[in-house]
Amino acid sequence: MNVNETSPADPVQEPLPECPTPAASANPAASEAKTSRRGFLKTGGMLSLSSLMGAGALMTKSDDALAAAEWGEHFQKNYRLMTDAEKAESRARLERRYSEEYGKAVTVDTTDPQPGVLMGYALNVRKCIGCRRCVKACVAENNQSRGERPGERIEWIQVLRMERGEFSEERMNDGYPEGLGIQVGGNAYTPAGQVLEGQYHYQPDAVPEKDATYMPIACMQCEKPPCVKVCPVRTTYREGDGPVVIDYNWCIGCRMCMGACPYWARRINLTTPVLPKEAMNPVTHYLGNRPRMRGVVEKCHWCLQRTRHGRYPACVEVCPVGARKFGNLLDPNSEVSLVLARKNVFRLKAENNTFPKFFYFYD
Amino acid sequence: MQPLIRFTADYTRYVLKGGARFYIWMACLAALSIAMLYVYYLQNTDGLIVTGMTSQIHDGLYFANLVFLVGVAAGAVTIVFPAYVYHHEGMHKVTVLGEMLAITAVVMVMMFVFAHMGRPDRLWHMIPVIGIFNFPNSMLAWDVLVLTGYLILNLICGFYYLWGKYTGQGVNKKLFMPLVYISIVWALSIHTVTAFLISTLAARPMWFHSVMPIRFIVTAFAAGPCLIILAFLVIRNTTKMWIEDSAIKLLATIVTWCLGIALFLTLSEVVVELYPRTEHANGLYYLMFGLHGLTRLVPWFWTSVALMVVSFVLFLIPSFRNNMKLLPIACVMAFAGIWIEKGMGLIVPGFIPSPIGEVTEYYPTFVEWLMTIGIWAFGFFILTILLKGAIGILQGEIKYGGQTAIAK
Repeated sequence: MNVNETSPADPVQEPLPECPTPAASANPAASEAKTSRRGFLKTGGMLSLSSLMGAGALMTKSDDALAAAEWGEHFQKNYRLMTDAEKAESRARLERRYSEEYGKAVTVDTTDPQPGVLMGYALNVRKCIGCRRCVKACVAENNQSRGERPGERIEWIQVLRMERGEFSEERMNDGYPEGLGIQVGGNAYTPAGQVLEGQYHYQPDAVPEKDATYMPIACMQCEKPPCVKVCPVRTTYREGDGPVVIDYNWCIGCRMCMGACPYWARRINLTTPVLPKEAMNPVTHYLGNRPRMRGVVEKCHWCLQRTRHGRYPACVEVCPVGARKFGNLLDPNSEVSLVLARKNVFRLKAENNTFPKFFYFYD
Repeated sequence: MQPLIRFTADYTRYVLKGGARFYIWMACLAALSIAMLYVYYLQNTDGLIVTGMTSQIHDGLYFANLVFLVGVAAGAVTIVFPAYVYHHEGMHKVTVLGEMLAITAVVMVMMFVFAHMGRPDRLWHMIPVIGIFNFPNSMLAWDVLVLTGYLILNLICGFYYLWGKYTGQGVNKKLFMPLVYISIVWALSIHTVTAFLISTLAARPMWFHSVMPIRFIVTAFAAGPCLIILAFLVIRNTTKMWIEDSAIKLLATIVTWCLGIALFLTLSEVVVELYPRTEHANGLYYLMFGLHGLTRLVPWFWTSVALMVVSFVLFLIPSFRNNMKLLPIACVMAFAGIWIEKGMGLIVPGFIPSPIGEVTEYYPTFVEWLMTIGIWAFGFFILTILLKGAIGILQGEIKYGGQTAIAK
C-alpha cells in the first residue's frame, strides 16, 4: 500500500479494502435490488403495512407516484430493523422518488460496513491554509441545502480562523481589572493559538493570512457519542465501521442530539432543503448523502457513499495541501494509523470522554 | 355503566352552561387557539424556518415554556402534600383543583413538545413495539415516561375523587391513598427528570451542574402555588365556592420559602461561575451583561431578578402576604420572574456561545409568540372547563340522581 503523500489530483487511493459488493448502478430500473424486490412482492405473505404502501406507490404509474412514494416512506421502519427485502424496497422507493424529483438517475447505496474496517481521520493543523475547499467540496458532494435564507445554508465543516495574538509593550502596565493597575493579573490575555474562540466567517483576499492559523472542525465520529445516547428513537447510531450516522426517515427532529454534541457538528433542516437539480449529486448512500427532508438533523458521515467503496471522503480528496488523512485504523499501514504511530496527536475536548476518531496532529 | 353515562352527561351539560361572561372568555380563548392551529400549519409546511430558531440556537420559546410548565404541573403537589400528609383541612377540600391544574399543565407541556418538534408527524416512532423507545438511555424517553405517568395519575386521582363525590359513595381509601402518595413522589420526578434533560448535556456548560434539579423544584414550588393562589382568588370571587384563607395562606408561605431558596441558588450560581470566570461562565455572562456586544437577554435577566427579589420581599411582609387584595400582585410578579428565569433566561443562554465559540442571538418570531399565546390560551380553556366541572361537583351542583343546577 502506498503510504506516501498523495497528490490531491489523485482521486482513487485505497485507504480501505475494496468493497466486495458491486457499486450501485446508475439506473434504478436495472438495479439488483429491484429484481429482488419483485421476487419479494410475489411471495406476499410477509407484507407489512409499509411494504403495501411502498409497493402500491411503485406499481402505480400515475402522476402522483411521487406523493404515493412519500406516503410509503411515512410507514417504513427504522433502517437498522429492516430486513434485507425491506431495505431493498425502501431503496427502490427512494431511488424512484429522487430520480423523478431531480430529473436524473439517482442511486441510493445500501452497502453495509465492511469487515475488518474501523474508519479514522487525522488532520494536520500545521498545514491547513484556511482555503475552505473542503467546505465547498463537502457541500457539493453531500447534497446540503444551499438557499438564500440563513436557515437554508448548511455546511458540515467549519474552518475556524484563529488569531495569532498580539502582545504589545505599551500596555504592559495596564493591569487587570483595567484602570486599576496590576491587581490580580496582567493584560496580555488575548486568545492566541488553538482555542475554540475562532471565527469561521472570514473573507480574506488570499489565504493563508499572515496573522492567522486555521483549525477545521466537523463531526468527530466519537466512539462514545453523546448524541447517540440522548436520541429518543435511536435514529442516530454508530455504524460497525465507525461513523455515526442518521436514518433521516426516522428522525423526529427533537434536536436533543444537537444539544448533546460538544463539537457543534449537527445541523437541523429548518425547511425543505434547497438543492438545485443540476447541482444534485446522484450517487448517494442511504445513511449518507441522500437528499434530506424538512425538520430532520444531518451531519458529516465521512462520505459513506465513497468510503465504503474504497474511496476517500470529498474533503480529503480536495485538500490542496494534504492536511487531511483518512484510512482504516485496524490496518497498521494505513495513513491514519501511521500518523497515530509517529506524530504528536490530540483529540478535541478530550475531557468530555467522547473518544473521537478524528485526530489533530502537528508535524 | 349507567352512572358513568349519567356522570359524563351531567358533567358536560354543567360545564357547557354559563353566563355571557363565561362565553366571551371561552370564545376569546378559542379564537387564540385557532390562531395557534394556523401557525402550527405554517410550521409543518414551511418548516421551523418560520421561527427564530437556528442550528446554533435550536431550542427557544417552546422549550422554555415546556420546562416552565412541567414546573407548574409539579407545583400542584404543594396542595396535595399538605392535604394528605399534614391533613390540612382547608387544603383537603380543594385538592382536586390542584390535580385539575396539573392535568392542564401536562397537556400544555405536550402541546409545546409538538410545537417544538421538527417532525411531529413521526412522533409514533417513539411508541414502543411499533417504534423504538430508547429507554433507559435517552433522558427524553424518561421524561416522556414520567410526564405521561403523571398525567394518568392525576386523571385517575382527580376524576376518581370527583366520581366519589358525584355518586356520594366517596373513594375507596385502600385504592385511592396509595395513588395519592405515588403522585406526590411522581410530581418531584417529573421536574427532576426535566432538569436532567438539560443538565446532563456536558456539551453545554451553562446547564451542566448538579444544582439544576433542586433549583427546578424550588422554582416550581414557587411558580406553581402562585398560579394556584391566583386561580383560587378568581374562584372565590366568581363562583359559589369559598376557598378558606388558611389554604391560601399556607400556599403563600410555601411560595415565600421556595422563592427565597431559589434566589439563594441563583446567587450561588452567579458567584461560583463569575468568580473564576472560566470560558464555561460565558453563557451566564452573556445573560447578565452580554457578550461581544450582543446584549439581547440582559434586560430579561435583570427584569426577572427585580421581579423575584421585590416579590420575595413583599411575601416576607406578613401584612402584605395575608392581605388577599395585595397578595395577587406579588404572585403575578413572582410567576413572571420565574417564567423568565427558567424559560428564556435558562434555555437560550445555554446555546450562547455555541460549543465552537460562536456567539449568535435568538429572536422569537411572531409565529412563535402566537403559538405560545395560543397554547396558553388553550391551556386556560381546558383549565376553565376542568375547574368548573370540579367545582360543580364539590358544591354538590352535579350529583348522581339530582337535578343539574346551572353555574353562576
